Amino acid sequence: MDLKDLYQDVVVDHNRSPRNFRKITDATSVQEGFNPLCGDKLTVYLKLDGDRISDVSFEGSGCAISVASASLMTETLKGKSVAQAEQLFEMMHTLLTVEDPKRDMESMGKLAVLSGVREYPSRVKCATLCWHTLNNALKNPDSRPVSTE
Amino acid sequence: MNARPGGLHDSATTAAFDAPRWRRDFPIMKQRVHGKPLVYLDNAATSQKPQAVIDAVSDYYQHYNSNVHRGVHQLSELATAAYEGAREKLRQFINAASKQEIIFVRGTTEAINLVAQSYGRSHLQSGDEIILSEMEHHSNIVPWQLLREQTGVTLKVIPINDAGELQPGAYETLFSARTRLVSLAHVSNALGSVNPVKEMISLAHQHNVPLLLDGAQAVPHMPVDVRDLDCDFYAFSSHKMFGPTGIGVLYAKEQILIDMPPYQGGGEMIRTVRFNGSTWNELPHKFEAGTPDIAAAIGLGAAVDYLETIGMPSIRDYERGLLEYGTQQLQSLAGVKIVGTARHKAGVLSFVMDGVHPHDIGTIVDQQGVAIRTGHHCAMPVMEHFHIPATARASLAFYNTREDINALVQALDKVREVFR
Repeated sequence: MDLKDLYQDVVVDHNRSPRNFRKITDATSVQEGFNPLCGDKLTVYLKLDGDRISDVSFEGSGCAISVASASLMTETLKGKSVAQAEQLFEMMHTLLTVEDPKRDMESMGKLAVLSGVREYPSRVKCATLCWHTLNNALKNPDSRPVSTE
Repeated sequence: MNARPGGLHDSATTAAFDAPRWRRDFPIMKQRVHGKPLVYLDNAATSQKPQAVIDAVSDYYQHYNSNVHRGVHQLSELATAAYEGAREKLRQFINAASKQEIIFVRGTTEAINLVAQSYGRSHLQSGDEIILSEMEHHSNIVPWQLLREQTGVTLKVIPINDAGELQPGAYETLFSARTRLVSLAHVSNALGSVNPVKEMISLAHQHNVPLLLDGAQAVPHMPVDVRDLDCDFYAFSSHKMFGPTGIGVLYAKEQILIDMPPYQGGGEMIRTVRFNGSTWNELPHKFEAGTPDIAAAIGLGAAVDYLETIGMPSIRDYERGLLEYGTQQLQSLAGVKIVGTARHKAGVLSFVMDGVHPHDIGTIVDQQGVAIRTGHHCAMPVMEHFHIPATARASLAFYNTREDINALVQALDKVREVFR
């Protein structure tokens, strides 16, 4: 296993300059994700316009994998429908946990750069934290964080 | 310095500590990780086991596996003798006055929970105060919070300074007429700070307050003499001192143990059982309900023998030099900052690196065969003090060498390369 498979240039770049790293003041749903094992903490802001994700962003701190994954997620999801987002969530989960040579990487776009994480079981949760948080946001429209820090 | 039986490189100059010779006693060290020789620097999480310990455990299961204090048959006699023999070795190792004061538990965590539930619930009341410190491991915080929920005691916390030392002078001011217990790390697992425990015990006793030491990170690295310290409770784990997992020791002064009710009920801890009431076994069995981890206790006894062959003062002196070397090496790296710079430290190097999260450091150095710990080290209040989510931590044992430190430094270069 080459480290370059995990820390691909795209991952390093998104960690250094995360996209959509900001608050959305008029978000329709805000969810916090926390990984107590490593202390990674992030907030996902989601703005739905009907069935369409008109804006999505995140804030927080974490390792390169978790920051890059969140950054790539927000970039990919903007303009997608809720159904498409849910489908991508499922595909990400499979990408990160199941060995599947027949997988259609094309349809995953840039998200496929995270496939190397699968070889590092202790790091899979870093990459999935943002997606689980997003999934909570999709399932709980109009949700606001319980605690504000 | 102690004699070194079987030493391959003994020479007239006994000043040099032969770490590579001891390292050969640890079969796991021959392994390669990701195709690289294993560099094990995660000893504060758990230590590796020498062949002598592995053999002692396997010998028990192969030749005299049997329950202790139960049967009159040959195997049970052998198992009982070995189990109680291990207790005596531990008594000598920490210089306890009597074997009754050595309680076998699952580890440091269970030892502290035992004190909280047995001593705490029977001796402390609502409004009574317990003094802890900001550098405690979660296992010396949460048991007291559980006790707080049950009894209404108050927890007071000695703050630390930015070097990771207890703030001088703060401790004294926390005592009041309601102080009933002090519970404190001997050595901090996240920072490596060695606390001035002897003075702190003496001050607690001036207030007639007993003191518990969490010795998990001290016992594997320095001589510990509970009578010299005069501590009231001392807790430590086997697996951090080159023994098996699943066993540890609670030491407490005999009179205190006599005054404590049992922690768990079951077999072994009773003298008589009737439905209208039972009576308790004598010490130490009163606190050892159920069949213990016999193999692990015997393995721990073998670990004590092994450590005494090397000599704890030699281990302490050697690790001090290695820590100094590691500190210099890490400090010389641009963008690396050591967290925990107490004047008195044991072999822990916690650090952060500019622009790189500790988890990424951990994964990348692992690819170079270097095992370190990353995270909050079960000491979230310490992380909060330094405003960081986590650190990378290299922690030493006597089998580590300067080459191990050099391998870590090289691996950290690789981290820089990835994140350039």
